[in-house]
Amino acid sequence: MGALSKSPWIIHYDGSSCNGCDIEVLAVLMPRFDVERFGVINTGNPKHADILLLTGSINEQNKSVVLNIYDQMPDPKVVLAVGICATSGGIFRECYNVMGGADKVLPVDVYVPGCAVRPEALIDGVVQAVGILEKKRAAQKAGKA
Amino acid sequence: MSGRTVIPFGPQHPVLPEPIHLDLVVEDEKVVEAIPSIGFIHRGLERLVEKKDFVDFTYVAERICGICSFIHGMTYCMAVEELLKLEIPERAKYLRVIWSELSRIHSHLLWMGLTADAFGFESLFMQSWQLREKILDIIEETTGGRVIFGSAKVGGVRRDISADKLQDILKKLRSYQNQFAEIGGVFLRDATVKHRMQGVGVLTSEQAQVLGAVGPTLRGSGIAADLRMTGYAAYGKLGFSPVVETAGDCYARCQVRIRELDQSVDLIEKAAAQMAEGPIEVKVAGTPTGDFFARTEQPRGEVIYYAKGNGTKFLQRMRVRTPTFANIPPLLTMLGGCQLADVPVIVLTIDPCISCAER
Repeated sequence: MGALSKSPWIIHYDGSSCNGCDIEVLAVLMPRFDVERFGVINTGNPKHADILLLTGSINEQNKSVVLNIYDQMPDPKVVLAVGICATSGGIFRECYNVMGGADKVLPVDVYVPGCAVRPEALIDGVVQAVGILEKKRAAQKAGKA
Repeated sequence: MSGRTVIPFGPQHPVLPEPIHLDLVVEDEKVVEAIPSIGFIHRGLERLVEKKDFVDFTYVAERICGICSFIHGMTYCMAVEELLKLEIPERAKYLRVIWSELSRIHSHLLWMGLTADAFGFESLFMQSWQLREKILDIIEETTGGRVIFGSAKVGGVRRDISADKLQDILKKLRSYQNQFAEIGGVFLRDATVKHRMQGVGVLTSEQAQVLGAVGPTLRGSGIAADLRMTGYAAYGKLGFSPVVETAGDCYARCQVRIRELDQSVDLIEKAAAQMAEGPIEVKVAGTPTGDFFARTEQPRGEVIYYAKGNGTKFLQRMRVRTPTFANIPPLLTMLGGCQLADVPVIVLTIDPCISCAER
């Protein structure tokens, strides 16, 4: 167990979601669900973040923004696609300005479906992401040694 | 005096859960101009009416925005019901009022939390959202969903609330009113909060009128305009007068929203008292023809749905004009001349919902 899994820092970006998942992302930080008890901290700075929490689908306009955030994050990093829009485009997948889910541009590690996502499912997704983060860190360490 | 510098604000910004981009032209610390660029969340869902029939599209309309989702769905249904010449049952109208007002309470509490976060009052943020969770519990008990709950349908509503449940809800809401007062009191009386909001981001009533501001932004500038006065759904029978403040600054907009919390509880009480037993939906027959504008009041202001039917089960055209879109020109006026450090608070006091604005 390293420091990463004890206190993963999250950055949240809203691709083109309806806000439903975004407010649930914030709701899990609140006293009711309180993910901060697991050491999870929501940061606004990509360079501080371990986990990218992406809600909503990808379009031409936000593609570069998402990639920019991802590229700035230090390794190892994990991508969490939150909600059905980030998973596949969801109800909006037939819209002309929706390219599809987050995996169109990023390597997604964990998919959390739901419309809007349930806070419990989201916490479960973050816990899984922490496991993957730890594995990636171990692999990175083994590669260097 | 130094020259002008352009500072980009967003689309990814710690204070905003949603992407909006502003180019702030600054002279030292003073903002002289704000240039918006939007389109990060544009989905193009108005054209989905060509692929989803008029009943299915209710689900898409609800997902225009996850915060005021019920009112979006309801307004869409109102437009389509008008095209179908459907008169929905009385009980459905009252139920629509109840869920609209619950949405308004949760939206305003959410806004209070985000604003507290914007001026750095973290514990107030937590407390507002904790209270909001209790409202979401009521929504979940009555509909099964937390933020997007699919209760509006063409021809009425999907679920009923029993009399016992309703009494239980009223009892809970009355007990939460003390907490609204407690949290609202911090916003309205705390010296540090006042310091961040009084006299900041002033919008005069002339400017609000000319620039077409809507909702609490308009009412905070002294104009008594609220679409609920038109009496859609059952609002006509509930005796309603809008909340108005005159200062036009961030503090006034905050006052409007805090007073609206109590007003919403009153409206729910009145609706519950007047509501008679009866059916909650009518059977949908025929296909929409003609065109209609449905207008309702969302937590953020007026929303307009235009629907045009051509006798098939797919609408020919659908257009939504959302409150945040209308409030962007007033926002740019408020930002001119403010301090750079006040930008997040001013942006938040129009209660921006970018998903609505860009659809």
